Amino acid sequence: MKLEPIVGRYFDFNGSRLYFEEAGSGIPLVCLHTAGSDARQYRGVLNDAEITKRFRVIAFDMPWHGKSSPPAGWHKDDYRLTTDTYTELIMGVIRELGLERPVVMGCSIGGRIVLNLALKHAKDLRALIGLQSAAYVERYYDASWLDHPEVHGGRACGAIAYGLMSPLSPEREVWETAWHYMQGGPGVFTGDLFFYQVEGDIRARIGAIDTSICPLYMLTGEYDYSASPRDTHAAAEHIKGAKVTIMSGLGHFPMSENPERFLDYLRPVLDEIRKSGSEPD
Amino acid sequence: MIERIADLVNADPAIQRWGRGMKDTFMVEVDAEQFLLSVDDGKIKSVETGPFVQRSWRFAIRAKRECWERFWQKTPDPGWHDLFALLRRGDVSFEGDQRVLMAYLLYIKLVLAAPRRA
Repeated sequence: MKLEPIVGRYFDFNGSRLYFEEAGSGIPLVCLHTAGSDARQYRGVLNDAEITKRFRVIAFDMPWHGKSSPPAGWHKDDYRLTTDTYTELIMGVIRELGLERPVVMGCSIGGRIVLNLALKHAKDLRALIGLQSAAYVERYYDASWLDHPEVHGGRACGAIAYGLMSPLSPEREVWETAWHYMQGGPGVFTGDLFFYQVEGDIRARIGAIDTSICPLYMLTGEYDYSASPRDTHAAAEHIKGAKVTIMSGLGHFPMSENPERFLDYLRPVLDEIRKSGSEPD
Repeated sequence: MIERIADLVNADPAIQRWGRGMKDTFMVEVDAEQFLLSVDDGKIKSVETGPFVQRSWRFAIRAKRECWERFWQKTPDPGWHDLFALLRRGDVSFEGDQRVLMAYLLYIKLVLAAPRRA
């Protein structure tokens, strides 16, 4: 038996039992999963010996997602993620875990919220990495079908996630990624998409991001049509100093649909972040 | 291409299982050419070619021929690789009963992508 180096723990966070996984030591690297999924998406990063040699990689399940519970009374109301609640969650987790100036990397909704972190919390963060980062994605399908009593949510959410991946990604990882979506609770993906497609439009504000305080890297898979390369470039045009990389052969879930290929893009970014900081080698 | 979908799907239990319980007919349009696909428990019972007179269908998926041809490439280019990729481009339209389409979305995606393997 070969145990993975990943360790998971729970703690109470504002009334939700919150689950996180970690591996490695060094500069804290907080990883944010996509809408309607969970921290298992970062299994490739958490298991990468080269990264965990120098980084303490932490990936948490947002409340309602993965192994994290919703708050008490959840059954009385719809779940809806907003810019404020999402930002408070991330900064709260950083505070509770005592992480000093971490790097934050997020994908999709996580790639969106790092833009808000760049605006509001740049001084507290070492660097930001947005995967599939776009300032806004207009509604091109009706996400309410994903939370409908006559449509199986797991099957429908899995179908949405499946299509966002690259046809070049390995089948095993593609279906693993779709499975995470199939396991989501009712209304959770839709509640996250409220932030992604409605409330979290950050286009008007991103011009104020100062990358000299906190560097911003934007890595986007070419097969993503939700946060497409065009969307990432459109956002980056307004952010002086943002470093954009288009990742060939990858889709909307680079770290999960093809971890090996993604790590080839991530490792040099993390090296650059590490070397530009004041950490002893 | 569409005509081959029945053989491809009916030979592939990994696609059929996602259509379990579906007993419905849906329309696919390639330019103005119409096809009616009848599904019976995940198997494609028939693929009929139009024109049709007063036929019923549960939902219709319409796109230009060029669009389907790019979608059916063995390895499609980015933006052409999924039904919803076409939707975001504005190159495909869904009409009719959206509930059934969404309930069987994974199956429909796999069925329509089957010609890539032909």
